[in-house]
Amino acid sequence: MVAPILPLNLTSIEVRRSGRTILGPLSHRLEGRGISILMGPNGSGKTTLLKTMHGIERPTRGQIDWQITAEEARLRQAFVFQTPTILRRSVLDNIAFPLLLRGVPRKSAQTTAAELGEKVGLGKVLQQSAMVLSGGEKQKLALARALILAPDVLFLDEPCANLDSRATRDIEAILCDARDRGTRIVMATHDHGQARRLADEIWFLHAGKLIESTPKTQFFDAPQSAMARAYLKGDLLP
Amino acid sequence: MDKIWEALYQAARLIFGFDPDLVEITLLSLQVTVTATLIASAIGLPLGAWLVVNRFRYRRIVIAIINALMGLPPVVVGLFVYIMLSRSGPFGVLGLLFTPTAMIIAQVIIITPIIVSISHQAIRELWADYHDLLISLNATRLQRVMTLIKDGRRALLTAALAGFGRAIGEVGAIMIVGGNIDHVTRVLTTAIALETGKGEFGLALALGFVLIGMAILVNLAVHGLSRTERGSRW
Ligand SMILES: Nc1ncnc2c1ncn2[C@@H]1O[C@H](COP(=O)(O)OP(=O)(O)O)[C@@H](O)[C@H]1O
Ligand SMILES: [Mg+2]
Repeated sequence: MVAPILPLNLTSIEVRRSGRTILGPLSHRLEGRGISILMGPNGSGKTTLLKTMHGIERPTRGQIDWQITAEEARLRQAFVFQTPTILRRSVLDNIAFPLLLRGVPRKSAQTTAAELGEKVGLGKVLQQSAMVLSGGEKQKLALARALILAPDVLFLDEPCANLDSRATRDIEAILCDARDRGTRIVMATHDHGQARRLADEIWFLHAGKLIESTPKTQFFDAPQSAMARAYLKGDLLP
Repeated sequence: MDKIWEALYQAARLIFGFDPDLVEITLLSLQVTVTATLIASAIGLPLGAWLVVNRFRYRRIVIAIINALMGLPPVVVGLFVYIMLSRSGPFGVLGLLFTPTAMIIAQVIIITPIIVSISHQAIRELWADYHDLLISLNATRLQRVMTLIKDGRRALLTAALAGFGRAIGEVGAIMIVGGNIDHVTRVLTTAIALETGKGEFGLALALGFVLIGMAILVNLAVHGLSRTERGSRW
């Protein structure tokens, strides 16, 4: 048995940039299974929080503690960026890339990548240059590339922004499948419908503060904070 | 006017008759410049990529120096290499002055900054694209550089070709360190200078046409490369 990576404890983390606090102070715990969804208006700090947990944004203050060392933990997480990074290679080589970095021989990396590509619906375009994919296909590629190392924790930053409902549905199916196989998912989204469909719990952020963190049904039916109530009603927040 | 036609006729005869002197000079030119381009690329391409990925303290200064070196007058490079290789110079014992090796050294010094500068710019764009992913995937420094070199290989080839184009047409430095010795260090550019001085316009023109032909080929290659790049195939 490998050592568990969760829970993740965030203790008084604070991110300051250009003399302004853009996130925190914030303390929270990520644990259990399932999907946590980060919601909140633009600029509320969702991206910053995701990147800070992942370890690619350095907090000005505070502690980020996994159950294993930060270096080991990084190897067992993956991150899907809001705008997918597309390597100037074939779709297959894009998906296989993380395996190559870990020293897996090219042939076997490609075999694994082809299987996964097939599974996310990119089977027909595996040999094509990834640069010419549609937005939805690029996002699927990014997702497959994130999943190829079978991460314990997967962070996604608005993966379905600008996608049509069909591509969104495909992506949600892939995410549910990953969740069912035990990947802990943390994802930012603006889409209330998507949050209702996927979330187990909602983290609601506003102006860099974690206003509430509640189970999904409670968040949508009876939000605790006035801020969240206004947000759900579609009011403009201060 | 007659003289010009006569020279052109003679040039055509030399070229299409594969005149042995012309062939020898052309081959030496290619040998020197291809070698110099390979060495300069081996130094310049990884250095260009490395300067992008590593944010060390004096990075900006290093880049400024390289950009300044790009404008170095070749004659001055020739003088510098001459002094280093001359009998009384620090590397005099090697006996390299007036050999093709000396010319290669001079050309490497002239084109390495160009190759570094062009590849640095190209790789910087790619790095802006790839940065988040490579950091997220915990790629090592070496892996980052290798990934950028691999995926930026077209732009890097363009940089190398630009270096080749600059080196093949260069005359000042290699005239000084090579000495334009017949059958030893005589290359296209130095031979043109000599034959023009002697009034041998036929041979000079023939050499000139070969040189222009090479320049056109290189430019076509660069153009083709940048076009396929935009078409985003690989
Ligand atoms: N490097 C930075 N320097 C200064 N301000 C930043 C930087 N990165 C993000 N911000 C600011 O921090 C706030 C939170 O950003 P972000 O985490 O991207 O929010 P969200 O993803 O919820 O839209 C925004 O106001 C943004 O402008
Ligand atoms: Mg964001």
